[in-house]
Amino acid sequence: MKIGIFIPNATFDLPGTPEVGGIETFSFTVGEALRRLGVVFQPRTLDLDLSVTQNLLYHAALHGIARREARLRSDEVLTRIGLSDRAGSKVRDLSGGQMRRLEIARALLHRPRLLLLDEATVGLDVKARADILTHVRQLVTEQGIGVLWATHLFDEIISSDDLVVLHQGRVLAHGPVARVIADAGAQDVNTAFMRLTSAAAASGSVAP
Amino acid sequence: MSSLTARQNQSGFSLSEYLTCLNGIVWREALRFLHQRERFVSALVRPLVWLFIFAAGFRQVLGISIIPPYETYILYEVYIAPGLMAMIQLFNGMQSSLSMVYDREMGNMRTLLVSPLPRWYLLFCKLLAGTAVSLLQVYAFLLIAWFWDIAPPPIGYLTVLPALILSGLMLGALGMLISSGIKQLENFAGVMNFVIFPMFFASSALYPLWRVQEGSPLLYYVCLFNPFTHAVELIRFALYGQINWLSLAVVGSCTAAFMIGAIYAYDPSRGLIRRGPAGGET
Repeated sequence: MKIGIFIPNATFDLPGTPEVGGIETFSFTVGEALRRLGVVFQPRTLDLDLSVTQNLLYHAALHGIARREARLRSDEVLTRIGLSDRAGSKVRDLSGGQMRRLEIARALLHRPRLLLLDEATVGLDVKARADILTHVRQLVTEQGIGVLWATHLFDEIISSDDLVVLHQGRVLAHGPVARVIADAGAQDVNTAFMRLTSAAAASGSVAP
Repeated sequence: MSSLTARQNQSGFSLSEYLTCLNGIVWREALRFLHQRERFVSALVRPLVWLFIFAAGFRQVLGISIIPPYETYILYEVYIAPGLMAMIQLFNGMQSSLSMVYDREMGNMRTLLVSPLPRWYLLFCKLLAGTAVSLLQVYAFLLIAWFWDIAPPPIGYLTVLPALILSGLMLGALGMLISSGIKQLENFAGVMNFVIFPMFFASSALYPLWRVQEGSPLLYYVCLFNPFTHAVELIRFALYGQINWLSLAVVGSCTAAFMIGAIYAYDPSRGLIRRGPAGGET
């Protein structure tokens, strides 16, 4: 999935309500939209030679969050992702799963309404993948953050999710998981996806 | 602590948010610089090699007559010191743009670009941060040069600061402009050869322009139109508490031109950076 940070137009729409699928939308300027948006990219985007805290503080500064407030928030997010004891370590020394959790935490520092995750679990082991999935689902239920989760791994989708099937930049289907499956005349997401992309397709992204 | 709703309703950015952002970018750049000790050492060794070896060797060959801003006969070492200060900034400007190419390849650039603040401001902060790092290097050089009997008037250390900031911005903006056209890190060595060396040698850094004119009138004009010459002269005069107005005008307008060019080039909707599979920038 490509995330357009390079947004050529001055305004674009973003869900106004944190519930995914909320129809209500507002128009924002690019800056205003980015302020409400947390993004986790597929490739690693951390400064490997800086410490965990330094990475967080840098991101906070880029969002105009003053140093004292930034320190409070980074302590807070580090506790939440269970990395408090690694606050001073260089990012280089973290495991893949820890880096990913840190990136999610970083994307939440400026308290966005919507979190975009671009194949966040790619390249992680089973345990780390499950941890991240649980963590993100908690963010949705406990903090009311909207999440757009792009993935190729269909076992990450649960039946209560809202699903958008993207194929080569086009939306093939969207709606609650059960309905998308039923509309495709399939039994599960896998088959539904294969049918929708007419089996031969090699690429596509799904976002619950 | 600003509440969620307060933030949601607020639009635009306050001055303190701009300053926090600037602070953060300069801080990160300084941290990165301090972590790369080799870079600091090589940034210092390079001009010192020129000073200790090249200048010592050429002291006998090149006589320097009394030209402004100097009031007496000077040693060759004293003459090339401002040129070497500008060289430090030239290398630093190219190096920070190199790190932008690297950031772009490694994805670190995305961190910068998801900032809600305007793109031009982020680039400007980057430039200021690079300039701040170059100032550290130049003053470290001046300190060592002082032990080598290159002792401008004490007030010169202060008056040279604005000149250094301006020349640092100019060379940093030039580096940024060049880096926007570079797709891969490997191409950079070529740019170093095609930009740094010609700029440095075809300038008044190593020899006064009147001497160049005696040798080759054509080269004299090349030097005269080289913005680096004016950066050197601006620094040279400022180091002795004087202002070279022509150089100030040239450096000032080149800074503005390069900066506008760089901001334009880094603007995705019309700039030189293309999206899509070929450009590699998403």
